[in-house]
Amino acid sequence: MRKTVIKKLVMVALLSMIMPATGFAADTIKIGIAGPHTGDLAAYGIPTKEAAEMVAAQVNAAGGVLGMQVEVLPMDDQCKPEIATNAAMKLVSEGVDVVIGHVCSGATKAAMGIYKEANIIAVSPSATNPPLTQSGEYPNFYRTIAPDDDQGKLAATFATDKLGAKKIAILHDKGDYGKGFADFSKQFVEAGGKAKVVLFEGVTPGAMDYSAVISKVRREGADAVIFGGYHPEASKLVAQMNSKRMDIPFIGPDGVMGNGFLDIAGKDAEGVYATGPKDVSALAANQKARANYTSKYGKEAGTFFDQGYAAMQAILNAIEVSGGTDYAGLEKALKSSYVETAVGKIKFDAKGDAEGVGFSVYQVQGGQFVELK
Amino acid sequence: MEYFLELSCSGLVRASIYALIALGYTMVYGIIQLINFAHGEIYMIGAFVALIVSGVLTIYGFSGFSILVLAGLIAVIYAAAYGYTLEKIAYRPLRNAPRLSPLISAIGMSLFLQNYVLLAQTPDFLPFPALIPDFAFMEPIAHIMGSPELVILVTSAISMVALTVLIKYTRIGKAMRATQQDMTMARLVGVNVDNVISMTFIIGSVLAAIGGVLVGSYIGQINFYIGFMAGVKAFTAAVLGGIGNIPGAVLGALVLGLTEAYAAGYISSAYEDVFAFGVLVLILILRPSGLLGKAVKLKV
Repeated sequence: MRKTVIKKLVMVALLSMIMPATGFAADTIKIGIAGPHTGDLAAYGIPTKEAAEMVAAQVNAAGGVLGMQVEVLPMDDQCKPEIATNAAMKLVSEGVDVVIGHVCSGATKAAMGIYKEANIIAVSPSATNPPLTQSGEYPNFYRTIAPDDDQGKLAATFATDKLGAKKIAILHDKGDYGKGFADFSKQFVEAGGKAKVVLFEGVTPGAMDYSAVISKVRREGADAVIFGGYHPEASKLVAQMNSKRMDIPFIGPDGVMGNGFLDIAGKDAEGVYATGPKDVSALAANQKARANYTSKYGKEAGTFFDQGYAAMQAILNAIEVSGGTDYAGLEKALKSSYVETAVGKIKFDAKGDAEGVGFSVYQVQGGQFVELK
Repeated sequence: MEYFLELSCSGLVRASIYALIALGYTMVYGIIQLINFAHGEIYMIGAFVALIVSGVLTIYGFSGFSILVLAGLIAVIYAAAYGYTLEKIAYRPLRNAPRLSPLISAIGMSLFLQNYVLLAQTPDFLPFPALIPDFAFMEPIAHIMGSPELVILVTSAISMVALTVLIKYTRIGKAMRATQQDMTMARLVGVNVDNVISMTFIIGSVLAAIGGVLVGSYIGQINFYIGFMAGVKAFTAAVLGGIGNIPGAVLGALVLGLTEAYAAGYISSAYEDVFAFGVLVLILILRPSGLLGKAVKLKV
């Protein structure tokens, strides 16, 4: 007798918590914004949150989407997987329709299972871990940033297709970033079948000189070098390649693309290729979003602002196109209709990666990195 | 064969830089049994002074080789002053302290000098101008040995010959050898031991600064941290050859530099340090006092 009373009380308590949430969902669109909003990685999460809030405010001022107001629910995950699962459960129980997030790849992985079970689509502005889309495990996952292996793929295809390299030497600095890029490049060179990887080797960062490894590149008869690492090693390598009279293309990742490289390598930098994020600063949509941000907050927008802004724009567009927040409808809209966003005109491919975002090849011409179209 | 020559040249260049620094370690150790951990920093400061001076000289319209010589000269003078001051404030007050105290003082000075340059200059890498011009006569073999390599090898060789002459045939050299053999006895026969020790630091610093200028110009970039790794390698070379022994430091540097280059060339450059330190371990197992070191009986 007593037990049933308690059960009933618990039921009532639970229902009272759920009821308003579901009751509310009919007239507003709830969008969860998950990411680090506190903690030492907050700088990666807050710009996305601010971007989403800005887009929501603009849309709401113009009458909302399909006549419904957009409500933004920020949820902090501190980039920690264990907190991310909690955050995801909270968002699900709040009855969100779509999630923007999470920001860190590890946290995203932890949260995706929960969204999958609840049939909620999540669009991350920044989780670049390749398996998130490629494994096919999370059909509800989308992202407005290019995955990590995109850069390696671009470097590999550029070397084989544009430069016509047949024998490629791949060097890296043994670090996570550099070796990761080198591994992906190797994988795509081999998968492409147009060229051979004749040398795959780490160099010691901070070593006095790299002339031994450069001699090795020459001995292997390489006709292009792909290097994974940062600018100090890259500038040392290109300088020593020049002093050893080796005139073959050198391709680096975005860790090389910057003024540090141009300063240190000086005239040796000329002609060096580097992959880097596509330059979106010339896009009108991007300029507008950033100008709005600056006028509201009085500073420059931070990391992943563009991607967060674009994620929000893509989602709201999909809701408008599909006429609701139904999972199947949203999926179809995200994958089929192009939308003008702060990172360019995008739609998503079958796996959830955005088409039209990512990396370009740059070349040093006249002491500056110039985007090759 | 050509590949072997390329690697040998690369190894010799490394070896000569290591030797220039290792000499300072080994000379100081020979005289006061102190491992001067701040020695790598003197090398780094030499490179920084040369960078600043060459920048100024370029503005005043000097060019090429004259900059190298002038900047090198000023760097050497500065580094000598640093070496002298270092000994005076960090080691001399601890001359009669337990052996551990000056060692800790040395580590402290190393950290201090690194951070001093970090704060006074910048934490980033700075571009170092290529002060060594390309000689036309080196062009046919530039892919094996270029002009910078040639200048490094020749300069190091001259420095080492000069050092040998200094130690063997001059008054101060004689005093240094006497102090090394027995400091108390040297003092009794009228050698000003304090001056001799200062001189040892100055000579070591001069050699290190020469190394710093050459390396800066060779690889084209420096930052506040370059002294640390170069210092560790040079110290390894000194131990390898038998610390305290001057020809030993040069021999140790040769073994180390060539091992690194051949390991990088024939095995994998990812593991060049592994092989370098592996050789050190092996030699110390077989000859605990280094290649040319003499087993020292402890004076009780």
